Amino acid sequence: MTAITASGVTVEVGGRALLREVDLDVPTGTVHALLGPNGAGKSTLLSVLAGDRAPDRGTVEILGRPVSDWRLRELARERAVLTQEHSVAFAFPVREVVRMGRAPWARTAREDDDDRAVAAAIDAAELWRLEERAVPTLSGGERARTAFARTLAQESGILLLDEPTAALDLRHQEQTMQRARLIAARGGTVVVVVHDLTLAAAYADAVTLLSDGEVAATGSPLADMDVALLSDVYEHPVEFIRHPRTGAVIVQPIRNT
Amino acid sequence: MTATSRLPRKATKTAADPGPPRRGITGAVLLGSTLALALSVAVLVSAATGQLVIPPEEVLGSLLHAVGIHALPLPQQLGAQETLWTIRFPRVVMSILVGAALASSGAVMQAVFGNPLAEPGVIGVSSGAAVGAAAAIVFGWSAAGPWAVAAAAFVTGVTSVMVVYLTARKAGRTEVVTLLLTGVAVTAITGACLALLTFLGDQQAREQIVFWQLGSLNGSRWSDAAVVLPVTVVGITISVLLGRRLDLLTLGERSARHLGVNVEALRAIAVTTVAMLVAVAVAFTGVIGFVGLVIPHLIRMVIGPAHRPLIVTSALGGAVLLVVADLVARTAVPYADLPIGMLTALVGGPFFFWLLRRTRNRAGGWA
Repeated sequence: MTAITASGVTVEVGGRALLREVDLDVPTGTVHALLGPNGAGKSTLLSVLAGDRAPDRGTVEILGRPVSDWRLRELARERAVLTQEHSVAFAFPVREVVRMGRAPWARTAREDDDDRAVAAAIDAAELWRLEERAVPTLSGGERARTAFARTLAQESGILLLDEPTAALDLRHQEQTMQRARLIAARGGTVVVVVHDLTLAAAYADAVTLLSDGEVAATGSPLADMDVALLSDVYEHPVEFIRHPRTGAVIVQPIRNT
Repeated sequence: MTATSRLPRKATKTAADPGPPRRGITGAVLLGSTLALALSVAVLVSAATGQLVIPPEEVLGSLLHAVGIHALPLPQQLGAQETLWTIRFPRVVMSILVGAALASSGAVMQAVFGNPLAEPGVIGVSSGAAVGAAAAIVFGWSAAGPWAVAAAAFVTGVTSVMVVYLTARKAGRTEVVTLLLTGVAVTAITGACLALLTFLGDQQAREQIVFWQLGSLNGSRWSDAAVVLPVTVVGITISVLLGRRLDLLTLGERSARHLGVNVEALRAIAVTTVAMLVAVAVAFTGVIGFVGLVIPHLIRMVIGPAHRPLIVTSALGGAVLLVVADLVARTAVPYADLPIGMLTALVGGPFFFWLLRRTRNRAGGWA
């Protein structure tokens, strides 16, 4: 079963292509990482997958149905999106913001689950001590965790996460990615934009490497990727190091000191 | 997973302090009841006070008598009953309606802009309505009936806000900054129109325009209230129904959309509702500024930002404010009716400054 399919997606702004003929296939039950240098088109691709912007050419299907055919509310029950913008305009407390993630389930049978889902999401993001705090008074990382908890509370099968680990400390980076793994293990699907290649190597079943709006490689784990290609796309030499004990891949930029 | 769960988990929750004072629904009910009580007292005092002093129990007696309860004495003085029912009660009712309309529409507008500084006046309803009213006065349309000024104000108020809204939209989206700046531009143009109309008008028309711009509840009639009442009730009802979606809008347009909100439709309905509320209120009383800024902000500080309780309590708070302000306006100086718009601006202006400073100091305040 395929959760997300994009084919031939092209997005142009002012005659310049932000995305060019992008194909992407994300099977259900996997974590898929979108990689690439700044300006490669990762966030643009994510917003196309989320249905925020219609591609100039090409199609995006969520669960086999074109994303533009979904009613917004139905789509919200199937997929949640974490954007890079975590601010809240007014002084809502953390718990209320997490509860907003339950909005798509209002007046459905699953509304009865609200309290449990909110509590579980707050647990997952370790927000207990912050529950009553107003979101605008939180630090950047705490706001990011609140937003992540909100997307978890939505309890949709598909998660699209735009740099969920960017503002987080080590512990919460790991916890966020572990949560993504857990969701995939339970049959969910996660598409995640990350900059930390070692995180991607450790947690993603497959990666898509974007370079200047085009797909440089897609579909296999990062560990299987050609190091030369990776170095080329990031315009910096990198090497894979095997962890001496676990054998996990560590992606290391080569530093000539 | 197991390796990282060494740190205290649930324990931290019980160790936490009791937290801030009760907000949300409980707070809203408490504040709402307090405001309702304050409103009743304000109405009684306002109706009792004036050149002809009528004891509050007689005011209450007259009100109860009208609904068939003969418990308290009727007004004893000559003409007191007529004063109450033809002058003071309609004026108090108009204060309540206009205050409620202005304050609740302020709350909605701030949600749409995601900015506590947004005020219905900012998007051009007030100045737009002023042009219509002034035109009606100068070109003598007011001869067509007492409703002509109000109708003209309503039409131009709604028109100007639609112009702002449509201009600020690009490719189906509305940038907040663009919307505010367009509001500024429209206000400049309507200001010029108003200056021209003031210049064209004769002595009497000029005086009327000036007074209308200052805002006053003087001379309110039951017939005015009969128009303002249904529009206000419908407007506030729609606003309350939008409440949940306005909550989601505070996450930003994209996130609200991801949660299933049709953001563009929400904005269109919200803006139209606000335009309707403000234009109809302003049409009968002239420009009364800052109510929509001050009241929602104060209410938010007490009960938090959730929009359903915020809109309802703001309506009550706005009603209290205008009843009291109008009482001050007509009694502060003996034998003179001060413009109420001047009073609200006197309080609201400094408040706006304070809010500006506060918002500027907060990170991301201009989002």
